[in-house]
Amino acid sequence: MADHQIIIAGFGGQGLLFSGKVLAYAGLAENRQLSWLPSYGPEMRGGTANCTVILSDEPIGSPIVDHPNVVMVMNNPSLDKYENMVAPGGKLFVDSALISRKVERDDIDVYYIPATQLAKEMGAPTLANMILLGAIVKETGCVSDEHLDEGLRHAVPARHADLIDLNIKALELGKNYTQA
Amino acid sequence: MQEKVLMKGNEALAEAAILAGCRHYFGYPITPQTEVAAYMSKKMPKIGGVFLQAESEIAAINMVYGVAATGKRCMTSSSSPGIALKCEGISYLAGSDLPALIVNVQRGGPGLGGIQPSQSDYFLATRGPGHGDFHVIVLAPASVQEMADMTLKGFELADKYRMPCMLLADGTMGQMMEPVVLPDPVEIDTTPKDWAVTGTECKREHHIVNSLYLSPKKLEDINLERFERYKQIEENECLWEEFMMEDAEICIVSCGITARVSRNAILEARKQGIKVGMIRPITLWPFPKKALLSAADKVKSFISVELNMGQMKEDIELAIRCKKPVYGCTRVGGMITTVDDILASIKEAAKGEE
Repeated sequence: MADHQIIIAGFGGQGLLFSGKVLAYAGLAENRQLSWLPSYGPEMRGGTANCTVILSDEPIGSPIVDHPNVVMVMNNPSLDKYENMVAPGGKLFVDSALISRKVERDDIDVYYIPATQLAKEMGAPTLANMILLGAIVKETGCVSDEHLDEGLRHAVPARHADLIDLNIKALELGKNYTQA
Repeated sequence: MQEKVLMKGNEALAEAAILAGCRHYFGYPITPQTEVAAYMSKKMPKIGGVFLQAESEIAAINMVYGVAATGKRCMTSSSSPGIALKCEGISYLAGSDLPALIVNVQRGGPGLGGIQPSQSDYFLATRGPGHGDFHVIVLAPASVQEMADMTLKGFELADKYRMPCMLLADGTMGQMMEPVVLPDPVEIDTTPKDWAVTGTECKREHHIVNSLYLSPKKLEDINLERFERYKQIEENECLWEEFMMEDAEICIVSCGITARVSRNAILEARKQGIKVGMIRPITLWPFPKKALLSAADKVKSFISVELNMGQMKEDIELAIRCKKPVYGCTRVGGMITTVDDILASIKEAAKGEE
């Protein structure tokens, strides 16, 4: 797939916009065409939040995606909203520690990853987003490992530079989880 | 040339303003343009510039009026309801023939409306935002790159014609991030301006910046002179971009975010064998009338895709002198036209031909 149209959705505060930023910076490092579009409503303070990232080899028209081929959901309302929007053959990544129900569609690939639980177990409860992102990169190849690393380093503000290693650990955990 | 960086549209325009030599920013926070003020508050103090959060939008535009009178590059930014408040000041700037950049990152209206993207200030911007006979130059960026480039262009045009210029963006353009190559810093012409109020040091006649003319004849002459300038601008400064127009039978006209969505819809329609193209106005005033009029001789119909109830559609009909039907494809309130919405309009227009 040369064209990755990615939607990342869940509650405000789960680091969804940040996950998207890591991907966007990774895309920049790869010199690809890209766009990053956040939701910017009051939902950022606890309601549902989302961001759309497009990575492409062609110039990007609309930054808004109606039928994403990669979706990551971290709460029930987001699964309800996006399940039917995923393009046939697309990939859906579900935080199964937070979402109990199963996906009904059978024309897409679904990955159940208990990211929030895995994050707690590794002692970094706020990094569930990075675990899921690791799984996305592994399963879609939307960016290379090397550029993902570079993207992370750009997206983390300088004052939090000490957290980079832990983020990398979370990404690795996600990559290895789907391998198993 | 600078390297490619990732920025939000609001940040890119703020940085571009600084690179354009703007050292005076006056604003008041409002979603979805607050990042402009946030960026300026961090940057301006470090480069000897002025960032001032005014007590209101009205105060901010009048501070711009003051700095503009001294001939320095200056700006303010807001979103729709805040721009409505600034209109009085914009009229005074126009009446005093002063350059300034006003950024409007539009949200849904009327009233407080909502905070999601909109293009419903099209009339407000293109008909002269304020009382009296006047225009402002209106630029409509459709990418983060253009948010930066049009900011530079806006300052240039404002200075060249001594008039306010409005960067008319929408919430999507302000909030999205895309790679952008920032412009090189502009060398500002520091030659004293023969109209700027900078202190005479008792060495020259006073320069007077004013918009009050109690003599009707004098005020009429000034209006006529100003409209002579507007005529030159309409002649020389129209900007637009054509996409797949060579063989198009249907012409979409759209700007900003809806032009981006239209691009996808055009590619999809062409896969289905419908020959669609697009004329994307970049200047909304002056409106690229000639480009549209000449397209009217080639295409069978037009579709105006916009986030309002059909404001630009009127300009299209005027530009093409109603030679061809103009269909509308609109969403409002913060909703954005989807590719499917536009495809449906394309099919309706294609059917209308038969």
